[in-house]
Amino acid sequence: MAAPWASLRLVAPVWNGRIRGIHRLGGAVAPEGNQKKKRTILQFLTNYFYDVEALRDYLLQREMYKVHEKNRSYTWLEKQHGPYGAGAFFILKQGGAVKFRDKEWIRPDKYGHFSQEFWNFCEVPVEAVDASDCDINYEGLDNLLRLKELQSLSLQRCSHVDDWCLSRLYPLADSLQELSLAGCPRVSERGLACLHHLQNLRRLDISDLPAVSNPGLTQILVEEMLPNCEVVGVDWAEGLKSGPEEQPQDTASPVPA
Amino acid sequence: MIRRVLPHGMGRGLLTRRPGTRRGGFSLDWDGKVSEIKKKIKSILPGRSCDLLQDTSHLPPEHSDVVIVGGGVLGLSVAYWLKKLESRRGAIRVLVVERDHTYSQASTGLSVGGICQQFSLPENIQLSLFSASFLRNVNEYLAVVDAPPLDLRFNPSGYLLLASEKDAAAMESDVKVQRQEGAKVSLMSPDQLRNKFPWINTEGVALASYGMEDEGWFDPWCLLQGLRRKVQSLGVLFCQGEVTRFVSSSQRMLTTDDKAVVLKRIHEVHVKMDRSLEYQPVECAIVINAAGAWSAQIAALAGIGEGPPGTLQGTKLPVEPRKRYVYVWHCPQGPGLETPLVADTSGAYFRREGLGSNYLGGRSPTEQEEPDPANLEVDHDFFQDKVWPHLALRVPAFETLKVQSAWAGYYDYNTFDQNGVVGPHPLVVNMYFATGFSGHGLQQAPGVGRAVAEMVLKGRFQTIDLSPFLFTRFYLGEKIQENNII
Repeated sequence: MAAPWASLRLVAPVWNGRIRGIHRLGGAVAPEGNQKKKRTILQFLTNYFYDVEALRDYLLQREMYKVHEKNRSYTWLEKQHGPYGAGAFFILKQGGAVKFRDKEWIRPDKYGHFSQEFWNFCEVPVEAVDASDCDINYEGLDNLLRLKELQSLSLQRCSHVDDWCLSRLYPLADSLQELSLAGCPRVSERGLACLHHLQNLRRLDISDLPAVSNPGLTQILVEEMLPNCEVVGVDWAEGLKSGPEEQPQDTASPVPA
Repeated sequence: MIRRVLPHGMGRGLLTRRPGTRRGGFSLDWDGKVSEIKKKIKSILPGRSCDLLQDTSHLPPEHSDVVIVGGGVLGLSVAYWLKKLESRRGAIRVLVVERDHTYSQASTGLSVGGICQQFSLPENIQLSLFSASFLRNVNEYLAVVDAPPLDLRFNPSGYLLLASEKDAAAMESDVKVQRQEGAKVSLMSPDQLRNKFPWINTEGVALASYGMEDEGWFDPWCLLQGLRRKVQSLGVLFCQGEVTRFVSSSQRMLTTDDKAVVLKRIHEVHVKMDRSLEYQPVECAIVINAAGAWSAQIAALAGIGEGPPGTLQGTKLPVEPRKRYVYVWHCPQGPGLETPLVADTSGAYFRREGLGSNYLGGRSPTEQEEPDPANLEVDHDFFQDKVWPHLALRVPAFETLKVQSAWAGYYDYNTFDQNGVVGPHPLVVNMYFATGFSGHGLQQAPGVGRAVAEMVLKGRFQTIDLSPFLFTRFYLGEKIQENNII
């Protein structure tokens, strides 16, 4: 793709002192596939026009601001209705589900509306939170950490939960028994290392974490770190290569269960 | 016969005469001609300097508002915050001069990369907290359109500092100060330590402080490249060269007590190119000294320290390079995934590296054992004699370890009180310092960069008050000692 563009380009793509592509970032960058991506018209325009670049910058900042807005800390609500009410409201607003002790699950419907009757029993501690596919980030965890008697937390497929967020979960160590991090794109083995504070954890789901470099080995190390916990998600044999002399026999002999 | 007449090396393509060429003239290499014509057109079109005769693109510009000497993490952090805090877009022209673009000896790339809030000075704690929040949101601060997000590989595993009987009281009061400033640190007794980390030997340990949040280690090279990328997109210019001279002018003035004082102002910075005698005088308004281990040389060029000892003119910048070793070893039965960065009572420290039972660590030598900072050669006997015994005592599993590799790096060591120098010089009025952090420069870089930028743009510290770190303390003899230096 580069060659046809190179012959047409008369003005060098050096703009504003910014030289693209020369300062490689080494191992710290997204995989090579990104670099070979086809140059879209938008990227071409961004390189040549200040206005397009400023507009795209503004749109990027706005996206980030929206996530921050969603994760404000509800201190006023906490004063009015107590920590459990504020925390439950936060989760429901984000699109997650909440279960108070001895009550049913409260879920918002597809329009985001949820029943307001939980304000009546907000002295009852919250037992379980299902925050799958929500936009919770580090600041939003402020509201979650107020739920001191939380037993089950599900953060599946939350795209803004990363290693920093996991390091913040230690105040829930006394009560948390079940934690699910399946499918979170930013959680890596470094964040999983700080789950050792959660000694009451009985079930941990770490399947499908794309940022973990070696899932099988990570599973073993996490199991060693949390001896009383059932770690679910990755088969430890994944990533192990069978030896060269075993391979031809593999298809013939039955695989032991 | 035609072949003999034509110049040597022309080849078969020239058997036919092309229109517009002269026989026996210059190279008839068609691709070469096209690229030459393209180059000429490029230099005429806007966006390029029209130097058809002389190519000066490798030289720095002739004028720049701020010249930052040193392109490590501190220099780039100052450049970033100058551009972030300027009042209008493009208001300030910044030039970063770095002697070695491979950063082969720079402290940033060779650093262990730890960040912790367990200091005794409130300013240090605040700087670390600010830097932690900067690193947490690094992809918002350093976002560049169309560039992939940065992965700093931050390990939030925390720092564990161990204290013997005689240091326990000091540690308790330090932890009190840290909690007041907002750091989340917990104190542990030897029993609790053994409970939590069964691989530790608590002999000689009276108290331990464990950082629960915002502490750990990350990849400093990635931060450096991220800062570099963002700062270039904001319009900061980079130059690879060495600062060899400052051209300044002096003015004799009277203080309020009618004492004569000579104030100096730097007008030009001479930047010499690599492996050549060519230099470019850069006219500037402000110079920032972020040269790390070599800051004292830059300060000496500006005339700081030339005067009778004991006077303000005679006070030199007390920053010198000190060599520190880091060793990487493999220990299959070593501490598990939850290991924090452990700093022993003897000063030895270690942390885990990756998933494969590799660890890295070292120890600061005492004053008598200081190695020669002339080069970055590693002394392996230092590990055998001075580091391994302490490690093996603290973690019995480390009795069977195998050293895989080692490297050495410089601390920009402040011999006065091992804390940074930030802010303007009282006599050379337009030189600002951001150096001398003695091993914790990386973890304080975002905060210090912001402080220096605020000092330059607004004249005072706004976010974090770093007035105890000004240069004048060397003359006045006010040491601000930091107890928890690793």
